[in-house]
Amino acid sequence: MNLHEYQAKALFGAAGIPVPPGEVAKTGAEAETIARGYGGTVVVKAQVHSGGRGKAGGVKLASSPDEARAHAEAILGMEIRGLTVEKVLVTPAEDIDTEAYVGVLVDRKTQAPTFMVSAEGGVDIEEVAATNPEAIRRLTVDPRYGLLPHQAYWLANSLYDDPKLAKQAAKIIRQLYDAFTGNGASMAEINPLISTPGGEVKAIDAKVTLDDNQLFRVPALEDLRDLSAEPAAETKAREAGLSFVKLDGDVGCCVNGAGLAMATMDLVKYYGGEPANFLDIGGSSNPEKVVAALEIITADPNVKVILFNIFGGITRGDDVARGIVEATRRIDIKPPIVIRLTGTNEKEALESLAEAGFSATNSMDEVVESAVKLAAEL
Amino acid sequence: MAIFVDGSTRLVVQGITGRDGSFHTRQMIEYGTAVVAGVTPGKGGQAFEGPDGESVPVFNTMDTAVRETGANTSVVYVPPAFAADAILEAADSGVELVVAITEGIPVLDMARAHAFARDRGVRVLGPNCPGIISPGTAKVGIIPAQIVTPGPVGVISRSGTLTYEAVIQLTHAGIGQTTCVGIGGDPLIGTNFVDCLAAFGEDPDTEAIVMIGEIGGTDEQEAAAFVKASVDVPVVGFIAGQTAPPGRRMGHAGAIISGSAGTAEEKMKAFEENGIAVAQRPADIVGLIQSALGG
Repeated sequence: MNLHEYQAKALFGAAGIPVPPGEVAKTGAEAETIARGYGGTVVVKAQVHSGGRGKAGGVKLASSPDEARAHAEAILGMEIRGLTVEKVLVTPAEDIDTEAYVGVLVDRKTQAPTFMVSAEGGVDIEEVAATNPEAIRRLTVDPRYGLLPHQAYWLANSLYDDPKLAKQAAKIIRQLYDAFTGNGASMAEINPLISTPGGEVKAIDAKVTLDDNQLFRVPALEDLRDLSAEPAAETKAREAGLSFVKLDGDVGCCVNGAGLAMATMDLVKYYGGEPANFLDIGGSSNPEKVVAALEIITADPNVKVILFNIFGGITRGDDVARGIVEATRRIDIKPPIVIRLTGTNEKEALESLAEAGFSATNSMDEVVESAVKLAAEL
Repeated sequence: MAIFVDGSTRLVVQGITGRDGSFHTRQMIEYGTAVVAGVTPGKGGQAFEGPDGESVPVFNTMDTAVRETGANTSVVYVPPAFAADAILEAADSGVELVVAITEGIPVLDMARAHAFARDRGVRVLGPNCPGIISPGTAKVGIIPAQIVTPGPVGVISRSGTLTYEAVIQLTHAGIGQTTCVGIGGDPLIGTNFVDCLAAFGEDPDTEAIVMIGEIGGTDEQEAAAFVKASVDVPVVGFIAGQTAPPGRRMGHAGAIISGSAGTAEEKMKAFEENGIAVAQRPADIVGLIQSALGG
C-alpha cells in the first residue's frame, strides 16, 4: 500500500524526524487559506501515488496566497502518469543549501533492509545509480540487530563533511529505520533531505510503501488507504479477498492462482485476444468469492466473454462450479461464459455445471482459444 | 533419486490440528510420506488420526517433537502472524529442511527468519509456496499427488497452480518427474532457482529440468547464468506475466515489475542467451522436453 507524501511525513514526524509543517487542500480556496496562515512563500504539491510530480508540473512555488490558490486550481484535477490529483499539500518553502537522498527498502538479493544514501539528492535515485553509482553508499542491515548507531553515522558521513550536519543526519537515519520497521514498511525514502543555510537538516519530501501483509499489526494504518486512488473494482476485490488488476482488453479472466492467472492472460494474447483483467480467486474455495469475482468482471463494460481457468488443488472444483451457478442465478450475466476446470473434485464440478447448462473443457489452450474467438465475433 | 525430500524424509507438521494442516496431513500420509509428528502449542499429548487410522503424536514444541521422533523435515501450515516464529522454532529444533506453505507473512518477519535459518545451515523452502513432491516417495505440502508420476524431469517453479498445469501436461505425455519444487511467490524466499538447479545437477536421475518463472526480481536471470556455467542437463524455461503492466502487483507479493526491471521479456531473453529453451506457452513445455530428452 502506497502512502501520500503528507501521510508519510506524518509517520516520519511521529518518529522524530524534522519535517516542515504542512496542510492538505482539496480546493483552491482551502490552499489560499492555508498559505495565508503560513505567510511568506509556500510550495503547492500534488498528492498522488507517482514519482515525477515536479517534472509533470505538479509542484509549484507560490509567493502569495492568491498565487497558491491559482497553482492549487491548476494542479487539482491534473493527470500525472494516469492518476488524477485530488489533493495538494501546502507547505512553507524552505531555504535550501544542499539536497541529499536517504532511502531504505527490503532488498530481495540480500534478503534484508538495505539503506542507500547519496549526497546527490533531489533527483531520481535510479538515475544516479545508473550514471554515477559511486555517489551512492549502501548498507545492509542485519534485521535481527537493527540499524546500529555507528552504521547510521557511517552513512551520514558520506552525506556531509560538516560534523554538525552529519550528526543530525545520523539521528534522522536511525529515526527513519524506526519508522520503517515500526510501521511495517517495505520502502521508506526521504528525497530530498535538505540542509539549510542556518545549519539544520530536515526532510522536505517523503515516500513510504507499507507491506500489506503487516497491516494487521498496526490497524490504524489501514485508515491511510486512499480509496480514491484505486479503481472501485479493485477496492471491492480486495474486500472480497481477491487479487484483481484491471486491464484494457475484452476477455474477462477468472483464475485460481497468481501464476496461472498471468499465464492465462499471456495465452489470451498468444491467441490474438486482449485480457480485460488479472483476477486470482485465491486458494480458498468459497463459492461467494466466485460470485464476487463475476460481479466485478461483469461490471466492466468492455468484457465480451468470461473465461474461467480453474486447476483444483486446495481450491475445490465443485465449489467454483457452485459459485458460477449461484452467480448466474443472482446476477444477470450477459457475456457468454467459457470454462476450463480440472483437478480436485473435477467430476462433481462438471456434473453440476452440466445440470445448469454450462459445458466445460479440461484443456487450457482449448478454452482460451475459444474465448478469444467468441470475443472477436461479438 | 530425488532432491530435498525422499524415502528418508521424516516429517513433522507444524499446525497439524488446523483446517489446512489437518486436511493436507491426511493427504501426505495417504501418499506414503512418513509423517512422524505434529506440533500445535497447547495440544501436546493428543494424537492426530490419519486416513487409515494411523496415529501421529502431537507435541507442544518442535524441540520435543524432533527429540522424540527423529524428524528431519518440517512443514509449516501456521497462520501468517505466527508463521515466522514457527519457522524460527523449526530452524532451532534440528530439522534440516523447513517447508513454509503459509501465504501473507510480513516481509520483515521473513528477513529475520531467513537470516536466522542461514546461520544454522537450515534450508527453508518458501514461504507462500505449494511445497515439494518426489513422485513415489514423499509429498511435503499441497501439490496434488494425482498429477505427478516418477520419471527423469526436475521441475522448479515460483507458482502453485501454474506448476500443476506444466506437470500434468508432462504426466499426460508420459514424462515423469524426479522432484517438483514450488519455491514460492514471495519477494524473500529461502530456496531459489539456483539452489534447486544445483541440487538437480547433482542428482544422477534428473535428465532434464523445467524452470517456471514469473515477472519480478532477477532470480531467473541469475538462474540462467548459473545454467550456462554449471548445469549439464538441458533446461526448458517458461515465464508468466508477459502481458502484466509495470508497477502492479500481480497477486504474488513478489510478482511486480519495478521500473524496467523484472519484466518477462528480460527474463526470456536471459534464458535464450544462456541456452535455455523458452516455451511460449505452457503447452509447449512438453515438446521442448521431449526433444531435450532425445525423444
